[in-house]
Amino acid sequence: MNAIPSQGRSVKLDDVQGLVRFGYKHLTEASFLLLRVKDPAAARAWLARAPVTSAVKTDPPPETALQVAVTSEGLRALEVAPDLCAEFSAEFVAGMASDAARARRLGDVGASDPGKWLWGAGERVPHVAVLLYARAGQLAAWEQEIETQCAAGFVRIERLSTSDMRGVEPFGFADGISQPEVDWERTRPVRDRDQLEYNNVSCLGEFLLGYPNEYGLYTPRPLMVPQRDPDALLPSAEDAPDQADLGRNGCYLVLRQLRQDVQGFWRELDRQAEGDADLRERLAAAMVGRTKPGEPLAAPSGESVAGGASTPRSKLNDFTYQADPRGVRCPLGAHIRRTNPRNADLPPGGRGLLSRLWRMLGFDAAALEQDLVASTRFHRLLRRGRGFGAGVATALSATESSSGADTGLHFICLAANIKRQFEFVQSAWLIGSKFAGLTESDPLLGHRLPDPGDSPTDGFSIPQADGPDRRLTGLPQFVTVLGGAYFFLPGIRALRYLATAR
Amino acid sequence: MTPQSQFMVVARVTLGRERSLRELLETMNSKPGMADPANAVLPFGQFERLHFARLAVLDDPTVGDIEAHGVPRPSLPVYLAFIGSCDGPANECIKDLAQRAETGLRRIFMHCDGFDAQGDLVAWVQAHQRPLAANYINWVGRSVRQVKEESALRRALAAKVPRVSLASAAQAQQLRRALIDFVDAEVSAGRLGLTPPDPTPLRWQIAKLLHLVAIPLVGLILLPLLIILAPFLIFTLRAKERSDAEIFPPPDRAVLLELQHLEDHDVSNQYTAIGSLKPGSFRRWLATVLLVLIDYTARHIFTRGFLARVQTIHFAFWAFLDDKRRLVFTSNYDGGHEAYMDDFINKVAWGLNLAFSHGVGWPRTRWLVARGARIENRFKHFQRRHQLPTQVWYKAYPGLTLADLKRNQRIREGLERASVTDAQAQAWLRLL
Repeated sequence: MNAIPSQGRSVKLDDVQGLVRFGYKHLTEASFLLLRVKDPAAARAWLARAPVTSAVKTDPPPETALQVAVTSEGLRALEVAPDLCAEFSAEFVAGMASDAARARRLGDVGASDPGKWLWGAGERVPHVAVLLYARAGQLAAWEQEIETQCAAGFVRIERLSTSDMRGVEPFGFADGISQPEVDWERTRPVRDRDQLEYNNVSCLGEFLLGYPNEYGLYTPRPLMVPQRDPDALLPSAEDAPDQADLGRNGCYLVLRQLRQDVQGFWRELDRQAEGDADLRERLAAAMVGRTKPGEPLAAPSGESVAGGASTPRSKLNDFTYQADPRGVRCPLGAHIRRTNPRNADLPPGGRGLLSRLWRMLGFDAAALEQDLVASTRFHRLLRRGRGFGAGVATALSATESSSGADTGLHFICLAANIKRQFEFVQSAWLIGSKFAGLTESDPLLGHRLPDPGDSPTDGFSIPQADGPDRRLTGLPQFVTVLGGAYFFLPGIRALRYLATAR
Repeated sequence: MTPQSQFMVVARVTLGRERSLRELLETMNSKPGMADPANAVLPFGQFERLHFARLAVLDDPTVGDIEAHGVPRPSLPVYLAFIGSCDGPANECIKDLAQRAETGLRRIFMHCDGFDAQGDLVAWVQAHQRPLAANYINWVGRSVRQVKEESALRRALAAKVPRVSLASAAQAQQLRRALIDFVDAEVSAGRLGLTPPDPTPLRWQIAKLLHLVAIPLVGLILLPLLIILAPFLIFTLRAKERSDAEIFPPPDRAVLLELQHLEDHDVSNQYTAIGSLKPGSFRRWLATVLLVLIDYTARHIFTRGFLARVQTIHFAFWAFLDDKRRLVFTSNYDGGHEAYMDDFINKVAWGLNLAFSHGVGWPRTRWLVARGARIENRFKHFQRRHQLPTQVWYKAYPGLTLADLKRNQRIREGLERASVTDAQAQAWLRLL
């Protein structure tokens, strides 16, 4: 722990699966194969030579890409040594649908109960996910080829198809704008010090195992004596050079299939707006925190966020809520404000030592008001999801026919710490009905079941400058979980190791 | 204003009776670990001065950790702790409980050593009360009755207030007056209650004042001695910080699941933890002094809704057990466990280190406040491993967090204020 790593020691990108670095947006076709091990030896044989795409930038970019992730049940099915399996994080080892307590935390209750999932619970927990990406028109052949390769070792329990929604999620809003900038160059200093300003750059160790995280520490992961890796397949651990590091260059991958009730969403907004089309759009934007094209409601404050704007699109990501503490511009409970509150380790105030001490001790009443949610940098997610189904256009044109064709999001996020990143954001910030002093859950994702004491959580408050909050009440559930699992997306050398080790 | 207090009654569980005790406690719940307010054994809901209460079997799985300091594993008893946070003096609350729930309490304490089935219950319970080393109350003076009345007030006002844009600031004044009239009518009709606070007990005020002065005085008297000893104390501290063993294996999965099974049934949760103090008089004294200081700040400074930056703890306390060989910590907090711990690490790790680094196995600190709890993973493992399941937990106001209580309180204050400015009237309306 106390070992100071050499700064900027470069990352072996050829050992990192490409998804960590790229969204593969140019590969507009994708499908996710969820497999269970049928024949462990054959399964391992395929994993040992699976054509995994690395994070190395190529010119031209690849025509197809393949990524492989494994669940903890998968590790066991592949006959990986139990003591190694047990060294992964507790959430990964237990699995997403492991118990009622986790379901309660994640909001997987009622219609989203794992007992009702299409996959991800009981016998339908996948062992391996194979994520396939291809240029338009090339997926079918690519998938056929991979399926043939896999056939000896695996049975397919689910094929998650995706559709190219051109950066718009099914409700019709621009998606994937807010992403942390990963510090691939390792220029961020490794130290544990309060950050006084929101910063969009995250330490590499927040997303890749084997590197220092925002606390300046290495997230625990399976390490082993080199004797257990006789072919020296694995990299050595940076913080324990005498150990082989199974986690290095890998990360956890959270996959959740979310059905979005697009018709229900717009019909409800229409009802709330009493048919006023303009108001309907404004209410929807208030719930999301952005307009449909992605313009944030909290207008750019002028000052630039570090790591905020490296591309024209990420201009839309270059803002904080500091100038809007009460949520008059962007409601406190808006979806993007909940998922990324964009604040620092200390509430805003002077930079002087005394001023900081004063806030640290809680004596600054104005600062305390804004301190219910803090330290965003420990709760960032790298999102890599893809839409499925018809998306917004078709779903809306079919408004009255209620064809009910499923559409939604295959939510994918990457993180080094499932609990502190995905589970925290999902439970404390989205499903939790008490975010920032409100009594309502996320306007898009909430399950709408009342809190104990019977206070409803199905409202949405829109603070007004000059009077009581505007309130939407009785919102129905718009998003249902259809399946989900926690995977490990290993480094490529670690994947080869897992394919040989027993 | 009615001051709050907390109590902890501790009794040894009789050998061989633990299972039967656990079964009895189980019957008091409506959900895992959540007391049924009307349960037949101890109907908590009938005690209108009780904020929180819990019954927990203190069976410490970490007593052997002290072997890391070369001290043989002691044989320490399993206790039953009965803990409450209430309005008014703890003794009165205990008496009230013992009188009105006598049969139930007898059924519980029957499982404990030395309980006399025919004897005086009140005297027995009071004799088993333990002193608290440090005691934190989120908002001194906020009674259960106030919480409930103000919650009802807010609900009524939130349903009544017209949710329209206001044409002018003057309109906010009008609206406020109309709502005041509405509340007055509701109060007259007996549908809302807004009981004025009771007078603050003089004895409590005097005791507080004496405490306020006495502790700094004692400090002043000891200061010369402290200055003389400082080099030695600092040297000892740093030497121990460098060499004390850290013990942080991940908590056992089944144990963790049992704890989680009891959590997130309300917007608040309970936390009960136990651990051994590092051996030797240095740590023993340091822990004692620091807890006196924590208690002092909690009694005189942090009485208005925040403990440094943490605004989510309703009640908490530290108490020594077994001749200061062990320390118990309990709290009632808002939100989930993970958020609670992240709040701790990110907002008050220094405070955690001051309070807990004298415990065997705590992640290594520097200068008493740095590192320690900031070593995220070690701290998280440590605290979960020292946490004990709370078999029965009661909260008088389910569904309400401290943010709710504070807002409701401000709603009432704004309602009762004789006159307000236009801006204040607008701000008040926004609370609804």
